[in-house]
Amino acid sequence: MPGPKVFEKPLGMRDFLPDMAERKRSLEMRIQRVLEQWGYREIITPTLEFYETVGAASATMTDKMFKLLDREGHTLVLRPDMTAPIARIAASLDEASYPLRFLYHASVFRAQEQEAGRNAEFFQTGVELLGEASPEADAEVVALALNCLAEAGVRHYKLALGHVGLLDGLLTENVADEQLRNDLKRDLLRRDHVAFRRRLAQSAVPAERRERLLALLPVYHGEQVQALARLVGGDRSAAALANLQAIWTLLDAYGVQDKVMLDLTLIGFLNYYTGVVFEGFAEGYGFHVLSGGRYDHLLQRFGSHAPATGFALKIDRLLEIGDYSGNAAERVAVAYRPEHIRQAIAWTRRLREEHPTWAVEMIALGNDFQPRQQAAFEERQRRRGVQRVLYVKGEDDDEA
Amino acid sequence: MVIALPKGRILEEAQSLLTAAGLPLPPDLEHSRRLTVTIPESAVEIVLAKPMDVPTYVEYGAADIGIVGKDVLLEHGRDVYELLDLRIGVCRLSLAGLPEQKGLSLHRVATKYPMIASQYFRSKGQQVEVILLHGSIELAPLTGLAEGIVDIVSTGRTLRENGLVELEQIMPITSRLIANRVSYRMKHRQIEALMEKISRALEKEAGR
Repeated sequence: MPGPKVFEKPLGMRDFLPDMAERKRSLEMRIQRVLEQWGYREIITPTLEFYETVGAASATMTDKMFKLLDREGHTLVLRPDMTAPIARIAASLDEASYPLRFLYHASVFRAQEQEAGRNAEFFQTGVELLGEASPEADAEVVALALNCLAEAGVRHYKLALGHVGLLDGLLTENVADEQLRNDLKRDLLRRDHVAFRRRLAQSAVPAERRERLLALLPVYHGEQVQALARLVGGDRSAAALANLQAIWTLLDAYGVQDKVMLDLTLIGFLNYYTGVVFEGFAEGYGFHVLSGGRYDHLLQRFGSHAPATGFALKIDRLLEIGDYSGNAAERVAVAYRPEHIRQAIAWTRRLREEHPTWAVEMIALGNDFQPRQQAAFEERQRRRGVQRVLYVKGEDDDEA
Repeated sequence: MVIALPKGRILEEAQSLLTAAGLPLPPDLEHSRRLTVTIPESAVEIVLAKPMDVPTYVEYGAADIGIVGKDVLLEHGRDVYELLDLRIGVCRLSLAGLPEQKGLSLHRVATKYPMIASQYFRSKGQQVEVILLHGSIELAPLTGLAEGIVDIVSTGRTLRENGLVELEQIMPITSRLIANRVSYRMKHRQIEALMEKISRALEKEAGR
């Protein structure tokens, strides 16, 4: 294999040139403002973690992680998500500080085997709310996620809400055979409704119970949610449904219920989420732009029993659809002849002070710069994105 | 709503199923050179793609829903919803070869479905070299490139005409209605209405 070309990057890695970087930063700041207003505080964790602890606790499949060895021979991973590192931290903090509201901007890493050009480094902005098991915490996180989508400039958006506790409860109560239960769950995880229906039809599960499980498949809106009561057939599903309905009612209190639909087939990852699980969508864009849920068992891996819930926004995807632009700084150039460098520096400093929203750069002209070259010079600057050119004239008269 | 349909083998059946479900498609779709067709009065646009590409259009949301064979779904593993078994494009994936190959072990198998084939042999604990071909798979045993082939068989005529026999049936195949992850939620009412009409058309067909 030939070595990489000088301009090449490792598979799935990208550069962000200024226009894109500005848009990204501006989007992150807009979202951060909302998150801070809701009481979340930024947290920064290392890019590398131990595979054995954070890597193993992560929802990402092992074969998708980037691994390397440290000098002692420990296996390290490039963090595949931010939830596990934050769980690691939260588990070590004094419970007196609970509930914890953390926000983050971070890139996470997942190797892709499909098409070249698919990202392997993803930018995420998200929150975790730790140490709070109530429906209020789940509703807060869902409402906050929807708020972020609005703030990100997404015009038409929706959120699909599922409940792994309800799904597991219904499967356990209606399907005695554990193998069949796991197979059915896997069908849903793969979004294969055909296999789910066929497997049920071919099973020994009685017709009435089969009906209950088939009722998981459709998406429920508004009033239809009341119909879920007929699914309940045991304590476990009854408790889970009560939890879901409490959250549903709270979403009405937040005024976001019309943006939410129920999809009880949502699982997210196998054996990861424990309660509500959700995905957010923007109309006209084929991939989900946020995902999250309750993961009450994760902190156990780090020696704590604290419950937790949260979500991550997929910044790369939001950048493809949002209506917002980058920061709108006016780009100004101060052009000067080399002999006027002192006036140019002083004037530029003054301009930056007087016009805080301007972006002022200095450009040296050639000593032989002629007034007739001015039009061509300005045209070149315009093409570089400069909106206004100012000339340093000399001793005291400095403005063009 | 954008619907991706596969050109070729399944198109005619898919067309009559959608027509029965209340989406009248222009009759000359098969031979038309146009790749997109708008159905008046239904706000539906049809895009015609290679069967292998249908799940790709749907995964990326370039099409909201699509019709495609289970063979393609298994081979390409795209992240889409598989909503309905349409019971069209009925065929099976089979292992075939020359009659004298019966009962003998295979070393090389040619196929358009390398993923499915290698999974199948691995699940049987057989060590087989899988060779990817793009068409005229039946040539492989005839030229000695491979002892067997893994391919879809519907009537078995192509096999017979080339002096090949089915050695093992791997799995039955039908076409499926698939949906994009986002469209399935954002356009859920539309998709569900179409699913209902298709199911009714299928029942009528089955009752005949």
